Amino acid sequence: MATIDSLSSESETHDEHGHDHDHPAWLAHHFDTPEQQFDSGKLGIWLFLVTEVLFFSGMFCAYAMFRMLRPEVFEGCSQFLNTKLGAINTGVLLFSSLTMAWAVRCAQTEEYKKLVVMIASTLSCAMVFLGVKSIEYSHKWGMGLLPPGSYFYDEANPHPTAQQIVDQHGFSESAAYFLTHSLYFLCAPFLILLIGVAIWAVYSKVTDKQFQYACAKPLLVVCLSFFGGVGLGMILESGGGEHAVAHVDGEHAGDHGDADHAHADHSHDAPAEVAATHAVPAFDIESDDAAIELLAESELNTGARAMLEAKQAQAEMATGQIVAAGVEADLGIHRIEQDVQTKRQAGVFFGIYYCMTGVHAIHILGGIGVLVWLLIRSIRQDFNRQYFGPVDYVGLYWHLVDLIWIYLFPLLYLIR
Amino acid sequence: MSTSTISRDPGYPTDRENYLTNSSGILSWMFTLDHKRIGLMYLIGVMTAFAVGGLLALGIRLHLLDPEGWMFTGAEANNIYNQVFTLHGAIMVFLFIIPSVPAALGNFLVPVMLGAKDVAFPRLNLSSFYLWCFGAIFFVSALFSSGLDTGWTFYTPYSTTTDTSVILATLGAFILGFSSIFTGLNFIVTINTMRPPGMTWFKMPLFLWATYATSIIQVLATPVLGITLLLLIAERTMHVGIFDPEFNGDPVTYQHFFWFYSHPAVYIMILPAFGIISELISVHSHKHIFGYRFIAYSSIAIALLGFLVWGHHMFTSGMSSLTTIIFSALTFTVSVPSAIKVFNWLATMYKGSISLTTPMCYAISFIFLFTIGGLTGLFLGTLATDLHLHDTYFVVAHFHYVMVGGTLIAFLGGVFHWWPKMVGKMYNESHGRIASLLVFLGFNGTFLPQFVLGSRGMPRRYATYDPEFAFLHQMSTYGALLLGCGLLYAFIVLMLSLAKGRRAPANPWGGATLEWACTSPPPYYNFERPPVVGDPYDFHNIEWDAKEEKYISTEPERKLVPEETPGQVPAHH
Ligand code: HEM
Ligand SMILES: [Cu+2]
Repeated sequence: MATIDSLSSESETHDEHGHDHDHPAWLAHHFDTPEQQFDSGKLGIWLFLVTEVLFFSGMFCAYAMFRMLRPEVFEGCSQFLNTKLGAINTGVLLFSSLTMAWAVRCAQTEEYKKLVVMIASTLSCAMVFLGVKSIEYSHKWGMGLLPPGSYFYDEANPHPTAQQIVDQHGFSESAAYFLTHSLYFLCAPFLILLIGVAIWAVYSKVTDKQFQYACAKPLLVVCLSFFGGVGLGMILESGGGEHAVAHVDGEHAGDHGDADHAHADHSHDAPAEVAATHAVPAFDIESDDAAIELLAESELNTGARAMLEAKQAQAEMATGQIVAAGVEADLGIHRIEQDVQTKRQAGVFFGIYYCMTGVHAIHILGGIGVLVWLLIRSIRQDFNRQYFGPVDYVGLYWHLVDLIWIYLFPLLYLIR
Repeated sequence: MSTSTISRDPGYPTDRENYLTNSSGILSWMFTLDHKRIGLMYLIGVMTAFAVGGLLALGIRLHLLDPEGWMFTGAEANNIYNQVFTLHGAIMVFLFIIPSVPAALGNFLVPVMLGAKDVAFPRLNLSSFYLWCFGAIFFVSALFSSGLDTGWTFYTPYSTTTDTSVILATLGAFILGFSSIFTGLNFIVTINTMRPPGMTWFKMPLFLWATYATSIIQVLATPVLGITLLLLIAERTMHVGIFDPEFNGDPVTYQHFFWFYSHPAVYIMILPAFGIISELISVHSHKHIFGYRFIAYSSIAIALLGFLVWGHHMFTSGMSSLTTIIFSALTFTVSVPSAIKVFNWLATMYKGSISLTTPMCYAISFIFLFTIGGLTGLFLGTLATDLHLHDTYFVVAHFHYVMVGGTLIAFLGGVFHWWPKMVGKMYNESHGRIASLLVFLGFNGTFLPQFVLGSRGMPRRYATYDPEFAFLHQMSTYGALLLGCGLLYAFIVLMLSLAKGRRAPANPWGGATLEWACTSPPPYYNFERPPVVGDPYDFHNIEWDAKEEKYISTEPERKLVPEETPGQVPAHH
């Protein structure tokens, strides 16, 4: 048995690798064979991807539900998204999937130079993606196309100044400053990163640290790509921009027109909807009331009396006749009915839009993290034809992040 | 022993092999990758969480001693009460029950039962533990900042409007979710790829089947909780308008998302407990488990069916009547596999030679209490009765019967069963038994009255109540005090064993699964080479050695090695 065997060999060292001399360095001590290690990793990453899919599925469900409930909001608002930028980003990510797959192949065939190039290209694509994304985000933030809590888009003045944001929309000075200068805020961390890597590259070159220089060089390109992406985004946004914005504004003005009963088609259902939401609670309250009123006639029935009072209070609040004492004037139902077809509704689209693309962007950032780790390991030539698991696993993750974008793009940008 | 059999006993580990002592210093624990040490650290962690949650529970019960509220006084009394029951629930669910069996006992046992050296991803395993710690820190900081008063379910719109620390607590739960996902992922991969030669799926101990089924749920359901909580945080910070009706969101959507995780989560809690009970019943009845395949398959069936019934928590939330009927019907199907298990355990005990050891006392209590809990679930799954019972003490009693009477009792049974293996010490049996009896009585004293309270209309989560309920509430409070004493007693029994206990033999109960084939405590590498795998419930060749007070496994002597050494000249030229 285990214990007896090892007792007899007291002198034998039992450190982690003590009894497995046939283990290469890259084979963890608790695995018997490279195949077992590879299979475990593969199963592990696939399971992880399943959790990722489920993670996003919550948001896809929310998207489907709200789209079903308010198709007109989704149609109207998706026109604010710049299809060109979305398409560019789709292309960039697809290309990065190619380079990633190629990187896996290079790891298997032990072509280290090419492996580094492929991983660095994947990273650069990720950075371009983020660059374009920051243009998209900052543009929308400046226009006030935000989740419903802070939405302030005003078609008469789509690009307000910071002062206007403060005055007209009640934002704090610093928030307004952030919104109008958000591109700088988004770029700042990457700029710091770029400067850091540049200094590192120069320093390692000067002090002749070969390995560090070999790492810093591709990373410098990677950091630069972010600004490439920003530039690309700016050109597309401003070049076709005039046209795009005008076009967007035009269509959206139409949407707003609905609320003013200008357009023919939409204006029908909107008031009808409002009426329906009114009618249902009113009916319920009345029919219940009759019974409760009867019960409440007895002074002893405090329960029924309290209920009646509560019902009356509810009914009053729902119709917006009074504002309950001590409650903020911002009470839900009342407010929303006034705002049907306008800001708060449009905000719902942007709420979902930011949640989905934001969480996706966080996944890109995470991917960048692990890819940098891979890059360094592949410069160190850690991988070989028997041990390329990590490249493979990260590759799978990257493809999934890509795939999710492939769904997000049409759902948010294209479908009308 | 007769000469025709040889007996196998691994003996005792040396200090250099013993996983507890082979390296020392706090860092050797903090950075350990050894699943056994991680399991032990989890055990300490979840027990601490349990102690905190338990004290909060006593606070709740003491407050309810008087119809007008006894424990908390002053203008803020009701608010304090709300915070106390919320934190009690959240801590018990997220920090204690969900990680209790899988992370603490599972970590210790899964690789050893598989005869493997470690789980597939030891580093991920350690990071799960640290994620658990972080999550715990977030919870504690929520406790010390402005508290939390939403109930453990975080229902919107209240959770988006209250000014207590919802964000801290949900972040904590989010992090704990990842801890749970990684543990589950690790176990699935370990069980899939690291079984020793000869251990087919149907030669696995049932605890592993249960762990496997649990892990499936952890991996499939927890991400949905993750995104739900993330959206809730986004809702609070940015008003994204998904759950908050003020911004056109839909609170019922929140409930759907939440229960899509949290109903399967109740099976994360109970399935590992089923696994423990299957082991305990068979070993302490010294009889082959009855209906092995049924028990194994029913675990998987529960895991899958459990995903289809979340709507039974929302019968009164305004779903269409067709939806409620469908959810009600599906709810009934889930109870079938649970019943299959109970019948198989009873059949295992039938005509077995039962030793009434402490773990077995817990196992028998489990069967009683879980049966009551499960059967009352059927009343709640029935539409007509649930409309009356929803949000009353009946629900409270139901889920405490399954979570405390089920999972906690099984957890205690498991801890007492594997304690000798984990720490290498035997505890005092008669004191252990007395403690388990106190726990059983105290538990019933606490929660049986609550069924009555609920069916008479006492709503849950109220800080004060109508005087007509006073007697039953007081009974429940005294029961809770007894339960607390019982648990404390059990804890003391375990702690005393560390100081005074007899050294544990490798196989104190006569188990046939692999963990009993290595020393107590196991060496840090578990097994030098993959052990021989047999039927995990075949006790024929395990014999009681009365002199040494331990079980040894015997086998007929076989001449494995040829008598003569082969000649120097090879057979073929
Ligand atoms: C055996 C089959 C089971 C059935 C048919 C069942 C059914 C139900 C139903 C219908 C409810 C909702 C009651 C209501 O809110 O009106 C409920 C609540 C609950 N059940 Fe079960 N249940 C079962 C087993 C379990 C198990 C095994 C656990 C946990 C280990 C569990 C934990 C809970 C919890 C925690 C709640 C309350 C959640 C809350 O509202 O805070 N149940 N059960
Ligand atoms: Cu449920």
